[in-house]
Amino acid sequence: MTYLDHAATTPMLTESIAAMSTELAQVGNPSSLHSSGRRARKVVEESREIIAAALGARPIEVIFTGGGTEANNLAVKGLFWAAQQKDKNKKRVLVSAVEHHAVLDPVMWLGEHEGAEIEILPVDNLGRVLPETLRKAFEKNPNDVALVTVMWANNEVGTVQPIAELVKIAHEYKTVFHSDAVQAVGCLEVHFQNTDLDAMTVSGHKVGGPQGIGALVVKRDIELTPLLHGGGQERDVRSGTLAAPSIAGFAAATTTAVSQSVSRAARLSSLRKDLVKRIQEQIPDVVLNGDPENRLPGNAHFSFKGCEGDALLMLLDAQGIECSTGSACSAGIPQPSHVLIAMGRDEITARASLRFSFGATSTPDDVDAVMQVLPAIVERAKRAGKPAVAK
Amino acid sequence: MTKRVVAAMSGGVDSSVAAARLVDQGYDVVGIHLALAKVKGHAGGKGCCTLDDARDARRVADRLGIPFYIWDVSEEFQREVIENFISEYSEGRTPNPCVRCNEKIKFQAVLERSLALGFDAVATGHYAQIIDTANGPTLHRAIDDKKDQSYVLSVLTPEQLSHTILPLGNSVKPDIRKEAEERGLITAAKPDSHDICFIPDGDTAGFLHKKLGQDPGKIIDVETGEEIGEHDGVFEFTIGQRKGLHLEKPRDDRSRRFVVGTDSKTKTVMVGLPTMLRVDVVTATNLIWCGKAPESQFECTAQVRAHSQALKAKAFHKDGNLTVEFLEPLTGLAPGQTIALYDNTRVIGSGTVVTTTRS
Repeated sequence: MTYLDHAATTPMLTESIAAMSTELAQVGNPSSLHSSGRRARKVVEESREIIAAALGARPIEVIFTGGGTEANNLAVKGLFWAAQQKDKNKKRVLVSAVEHHAVLDPVMWLGEHEGAEIEILPVDNLGRVLPETLRKAFEKNPNDVALVTVMWANNEVGTVQPIAELVKIAHEYKTVFHSDAVQAVGCLEVHFQNTDLDAMTVSGHKVGGPQGIGALVVKRDIELTPLLHGGGQERDVRSGTLAAPSIAGFAAATTTAVSQSVSRAARLSSLRKDLVKRIQEQIPDVVLNGDPENRLPGNAHFSFKGCEGDALLMLLDAQGIECSTGSACSAGIPQPSHVLIAMGRDEITARASLRFSFGATSTPDDVDAVMQVLPAIVERAKRAGKPAVAK
Repeated sequence: MTKRVVAAMSGGVDSSVAAARLVDQGYDVVGIHLALAKVKGHAGGKGCCTLDDARDARRVADRLGIPFYIWDVSEEFQREVIENFISEYSEGRTPNPCVRCNEKIKFQAVLERSLALGFDAVATGHYAQIIDTANGPTLHRAIDDKKDQSYVLSVLTPEQLSHTILPLGNSVKPDIRKEAEERGLITAAKPDSHDICFIPDGDTAGFLHKKLGQDPGKIIDVETGEEIGEHDGVFEFTIGQRKGLHLEKPRDDRSRRFVVGTDSKTKTVMVGLPTMLRVDVVTATNLIWCGKAPESQFECTAQVRAHSQALKAKAFHKDGNLTVEFLEPLTGLAPGQTIALYDNTRVIGSGTVVTTTRS
């Protein structure tokens, strides 16, 4: 099996499995006051410190959630509501056109249900939000923006955003800035304090940790309206029993991934460049999507002219090669990617796309395995084309 | 080499067992659920294209250990089946959308795509049999009379039949349910679907009103020429229909009146006595032979509805036009319906009804 879908989820690192397994065998609610509880609490707090250190944040800034989607929802809704509470005029949400649905959909929900005015920040043909785009959006009315949310790096096409620059602009207008960094951690240098972000989403299973755990990193002085009410855990912002085993696994994975990120990035980058070069050589009409240079090192995203992405995926799957057409859809019905459409691609090109994403376990053999079958598969998919019905 | 087969899995019990049998028979099977309708999250639980059905199909595929994908053919389905359905009704004909879906979607768009992607055949859970002969494949009725679906497959050409597998044709429905249960398939107890899948509530008239609006006209008694009522759209009515006329003025003899004809141009619905529904001669076009083309004149039985009885008839065809003379009484046939011709259990072919006459 050739697994080239690390942007969807990653195999767990041995360090993470070990940390999580140890904790799974223990009893203790981190909120309990007795010795089992204290022991579990110690694990959670140490994990928090480890994650904070790995991300350039303070431990108190790390709020554990049930994954990236929840952290994004908490950021988007929590920051919007908190802004509204202080000033009813703060009703505009600036959001990039290429966000993951876990950001885009809560933003749209605020527009439909909470009176938010949604301002989509367009991207250029490489998928970048240009700083002047953000400035222009602010200048429409410098005083009514509740929050800005722009992802660190795109999950589909891999384009890295000029986050530090964008944050600076938002702060000129005294507005909070959230970034979904789930794809960036472990591949790029992600330092919360250095970029001066106000809130940042991270996830366990994208960095070799367990699924179902993530965190929102939030500056201490930023107010956030909670989504979940209950036991008052996580500074009253996120109630719910802390999942000590998952948190332990999350911390082990994050610190391992971050400590190895420079060497891993170099390795993934070389695998990706090799794959891109060989595909471009053998399939001349292929289009590489996203920023060719400033992208996630392990991400290679293509449009194969005349093919349907899901046909390619199926044929590759039959040959033991696992990749993706972009972000997964729950119903399994392929929709043209909003990311590619936002980048100015037409619907046919958007439907013709395929993403290979390398990760910790990837090797040059994976590239060879793809190249052994891909040219013939592209030919076959071209012949199948779009299911056509005679008129 | 092992044959590679696409098993079309609707999420119902029949296609589930069909896929299971193919796996047992050693085929290399991939399960495909066809997303026919664009409706998002439609949760009626009826019809054959809901998210629940897709999930059921996926769970069966899991159980069988076969890959499973969803193919989005909603655009083709919208264009070739739904829009055709509406335009046929608006022109006063009575189409069969299941026949149309088999002809244009399942055994054309999907089959062509499957072959292009390197598969050898498409399999479905239809109840009918394909029997290979020296002269190529032939299509026959299923052994289960009650379930037989050869009528809706009577639009398949020999070329299509040669790439089609129907694993259920030699079984009866109760056995299929039992088999599904024995195999532990979660679809074992699912009710059969009867309605048109894109009209899950069964209200065809309501559906057509939504698409075609109100288009009122007169109801005329053909014997007296008298106007005896009004209607909201000719498309609500099909020949042989009795319900929905809402006639206020009864006949003197109190006998029931039926729709005996419609005219979409003058927006007129004609009603009359049941004797006027008798049909002796039918002409049809859009001829498709399910095997070698027959002689220009032949005896056969003819069936005009999915589950009606096949009646003795004489058929003549020339230049793609078919004339069928019925030797047994036939009542209530509308233009647009499919007429399927049989030689005993073998499907000879089919056509689309253009005219019906009484001699």
